[in-house]
Amino acid sequence: MIINGIQIDDTFAEAFPMRATRLIITGDTKRWAFTAANSMIGFSTSVIACGVETGIERQLKMNETPDSRPGMSVLLFAMSSKELAKHVLTRTGQCVMTTPTTACYAGLYSDKKIKLGGALRYFGDGYQLSKQLGGKRYWRIPIMDGEFLVEEYAYQVPGIGGGNFLILAKSRGMALRASERAIKAMSKVPNVIMPFPGGVVGSGSKVGSKYKALSASTNEAFCPTLKGLTHTELSPDTESVMEIVIDGLSEADIAAAMRAGIEAVCELGPAGGVTRITAGNYGGKLGPYHFHLRDVMK
Amino acid sequence: MSLELSLTQKPDVPLEADVISPDVMAGLSNKAISALEVFHGNEKATIGDFFAVKGDGTGDGAEKIILKGDLSKVKHIGTNMSRGRISIRGNAGLHLGAYMSGGEITVAKNAGDWVGPEMTGGRIIVKGNAGHLIGSAYRGSQTGILGGEIFIHGNVGNEAGNTMKNGLIVIGGNCGDFAGVNMKAGTIIVLGHLGQRCGAGMRRGSIVSMNEAELPPTFTYACDYNPSFLRVYLRRLREEGFKIDETQITGRYKRWSGDSIEMNRGEVLMLAS
Repeated sequence: MIINGIQIDDTFAEAFPMRATRLIITGDTKRWAFTAANSMIGFSTSVIACGVETGIERQLKMNETPDSRPGMSVLLFAMSSKELAKHVLTRTGQCVMTTPTTACYAGLYSDKKIKLGGALRYFGDGYQLSKQLGGKRYWRIPIMDGEFLVEEYAYQVPGIGGGNFLILAKSRGMALRASERAIKAMSKVPNVIMPFPGGVVGSGSKVGSKYKALSASTNEAFCPTLKGLTHTELSPDTESVMEIVIDGLSEADIAAAMRAGIEAVCELGPAGGVTRITAGNYGGKLGPYHFHLRDVMK
Repeated sequence: MSLELSLTQKPDVPLEADVISPDVMAGLSNKAISALEVFHGNEKATIGDFFAVKGDGTGDGAEKIILKGDLSKVKHIGTNMSRGRISIRGNAGLHLGAYMSGGEITVAKNAGDWVGPEMTGGRIIVKGNAGHLIGSAYRGSQTGILGGEIFIHGNVGNEAGNTMKNGLIVIGGNCGDFAGVNMKAGTIIVLGHLGQRCGAGMRRGSIVSMNEAELPPTFTYACDYNPSFLRVYLRRLREEGFKIDETQITGRYKRWSGDSIEMNRGEVLMLAS
């Protein structure tokens, strides 16, 4: 398939099931809501070493948040319910509660609960107060800046991690420009995050390594400096590859994000320096969700 | 489908009609509903003696009961109700929704004393005024309401939320004296003016007032701030049709702790002028 002069490989991105939740973080100002959310999503690019993958889904208007203050919607993904619960709790406690003026609410609901305020309340050392409204319980934890409000539970739902596509370009600058353009378009799609820094992966990996202790290592077939040294997937004029990884709440969400990103890249045309778009998979052995690029772009 | 009861004869003395409830009327025929027993003063009577019954309780017929006429002398409507809806198109008498645990009662005009005493769940909405002791414990009881929501859009009398332990009481107008007296927990929000000695003897819980109020001397001033939880509450109340100004959401509230003659864990929040 060729879109606007750019080749789309006949391959697929392979994704796997995860557990997911959404949190709504608010603050007195947009700056402090963002600061808390940005702190929460630190060191959470990949479950390989971080245990959780997170990202800011979008900025919320004041009329969209439970307390009518500026807010951020954050999505968190982990490989198990236990791991997700652990990170929700520690990151809310250490990154959100510590940020001045914030409050934290569940951003989606299901019958699978994650203890949030129900555990953090003990920080109040007996002075915490509980409030119930509309079937929800909130905890008011007295803190030095006033009061931290947090919902009793967050809730988990099935999610999907590992949607991806690779942008192959004639230079690193061209790959980066195309990636930035893709991320800008993809950030408008709801229910997805691109968990890597700025949404872009500069060091995409393959599964396994020659070193037994490592579960992932550099994807040498896509490394431009290794052309001629090992098997390569790169054409002679490809000098840089960047990957965009997508976690989402459903297959449709991930497909929509991939489509938005690839379309944005293809709009650049050949003049943008992108030589090819492909995707990462493991022969179908890693995960049950296969996003065939050509189906996604139909 | 709904069941409609229209008052055909106004009671001379209070009519005790705790049978007017979806729980009681569900599954009953029109005839059986008309034959349900009520007390007119100390005399036994039937629903049919006072109401014209349209429809029946079979299927989901009793899930919505519409009451028409001036029911200000009809007591105990919705007692022990656990589900469904009762829509009262006029006034309602004493003890509305006593002990109710679920469902919703709406009153288009006014309600008498004792709205929702000792309720544990559900919701009562009164578009007009209500009397004394809304959402309270009965005399001699240790605990008032344990849950649910009571929304009075007009004014109420004294002792709203007496001994309440959970739940939400919202008063759109003014509130009489002793609101939240002996309160154990829960929330009372008064959008109008609070009477005297609110929160006397309260252990926990929150009383919120949009105006300055006179507190017992056993309350201590803490600080003034904008509580996030209140923003959540007020946003919800706006959705429920209460008039909430932006200044009430974004404003600063004076926090008073009390009552120090009890646990001192309660609070009164007053919008700072």
